[in-house]
Amino acid sequence: MLTTEESGQQAKRKAAMAVLAHSGAVEIAGRLAAISLPDHENLREPENGLVMVRGRTGGDGAPFNLGEATVSRAAVRLSTGEVGFGYALGRDRQKAQMIALCDALIQSADHAGTIEANVLAPLRAAIAAAQNRKAAETAATRVDFYTMVRGEG
Amino acid sequence: MYVAVKGGERAIENAHRLLAHERRGDRDVPEVSLAQISEQLSLGVDRVMTEGSLYDRELASLAIKQARGDMIEAIFLVRAFRATLPRFGATEPVDTGRMQVRRRISSTFKDIPGGQILGPTFDYTHRLLDPQLAEGFAPELPATSDAPAGAMPRVTDILGRDGLIESSPRPDDDAPVGDLTREPLSFPADRDLRLQNLARADEGFLLALGYSSQRGYGRTHPFAGEIRLGEVEVEFLAEDVGFAVPLGSITLTECQMVNQFKGSATEGPCFTRGYGLAFGHCERKVMSMALVDRSLRARELGEEVLAPSQDEEFVMSHSDNVQATGFVEHLKLPHYVDFQSELGLLRKLRQEFAEAEASPPLREAAE
Repeated sequence: MLTTEESGQQAKRKAAMAVLAHSGAVEIAGRLAAISLPDHENLREPENGLVMVRGRTGGDGAPFNLGEATVSRAAVRLSTGEVGFGYALGRDRQKAQMIALCDALIQSADHAGTIEANVLAPLRAAIAAAQNRKAAETAATRVDFYTMVRGEG
Repeated sequence: MYVAVKGGERAIENAHRLLAHERRGDRDVPEVSLAQISEQLSLGVDRVMTEGSLYDRELASLAIKQARGDMIEAIFLVRAFRATLPRFGATEPVDTGRMQVRRRISSTFKDIPGGQILGPTFDYTHRLLDPQLAEGFAPELPATSDAPAGAMPRVTDILGRDGLIESSPRPDDDAPVGDLTREPLSFPADRDLRLQNLARADEGFLLALGYSSQRGYGRTHPFAGEIRLGEVEVEFLAEDVGFAVPLGSITLTECQMVNQFKGSATEGPCFTRGYGLAFGHCERKVMSMALVDRSLRARELGEEVLAPSQDEEFVMSHSDNVQATGFVEHLKLPHYVDFQSELGLLRKLRQEFAEAEASPPLREAAE
């Protein structure tokens, strides 16, 4: 069993990975370039591969194999020992390497705050803005049967 | 023999060089970029990803460009590429109930919770060619309105609450999931394998089979319970990390077909279901898939198997357009030796026929 602290740390890492996976490599690189990074090395050289994407029969039933997707992954170790992992859809090895670096940095008390404020927060805001715009465009195509009937009556 | 081989090699090399030239077309016309294909021919890219069975927009765009727009050739290229990469594992099953929906319609209920959302659709267009598009055309920005908060339950979940529809086959997390890229097909095939086969099956083949079932060859009385399009999150349980890692999101189209009821001595009658799911935006594909999925459940539901769409061996053995084109197109390859033996046999038969003509059998002569 994980302790509360461990599961809290895990949830934080997972949330950060989600933000980074949804962001473009150029955007992440731009944010990382603006902060001073500690020494680090690749624990696993970034590599490309596949995952088999699974769906569920009927949306909520037994799983089946839908088809594969390309994935890039990497692992990075800071000179202070923290190990970070990076996974993202697509074949951008540099993006996976940057995600791994961020994952290592947020596990370090010295860097977690900087990464949150200078990398994750602005990327999270950009993702939310894009999702909200899409949701608003989608909402405009919602059929309002009630209004239509009232207008004709 | 040696000379002939050398000659063939040079001809092949020059043919490929000519192909590259033809692919480029008129060199005064600007070359298309992968980004242009991905952004402006996006439904073609979706089809190549779905039937190529590989989610990667950039690769699918490259395949379309290389194949000069020949979709099956592009699908073939994508399938060949996937064999060059290692597989890290399988993702957690995606949850389409938590999709960020961009389109969602139901033909069974007008007032579904979450509403009917048309999204970017060809439906209700007049199918008139638009001359504006022939030249540079900047469309208006999309309209926006406040997005209502609140869940968008699946229509099948709503029907399920009252027991009016059968529930999905219950997941057994310990049961292995069939994978036809790893084991050859064998029959009878379970539904997980059938759905995998249908998901990568040729759209035209499934469309024709689904259509045949509507026209009476194995009728299933379908309603489009729900079609939804949007983005779903993908997570992968990475052993080195120790938890399910978010990989990003992919676009999916899902179709829940609601079909005529079944009942039994122990269970009251309820609607049955067919399911379709595919990469990208491809409604025709998932609707056809859901029709054929339901037809292929004939054996399970105790229906008589009479029509092609109900015959899993027929459907699954002929649905893959890469396999199909391989076998059809292999007829172009040299069959000189086979043909020589056929020719020899034919000459012999003709000679026998000629000899029989020249000297009629005695019985006939007596008449």
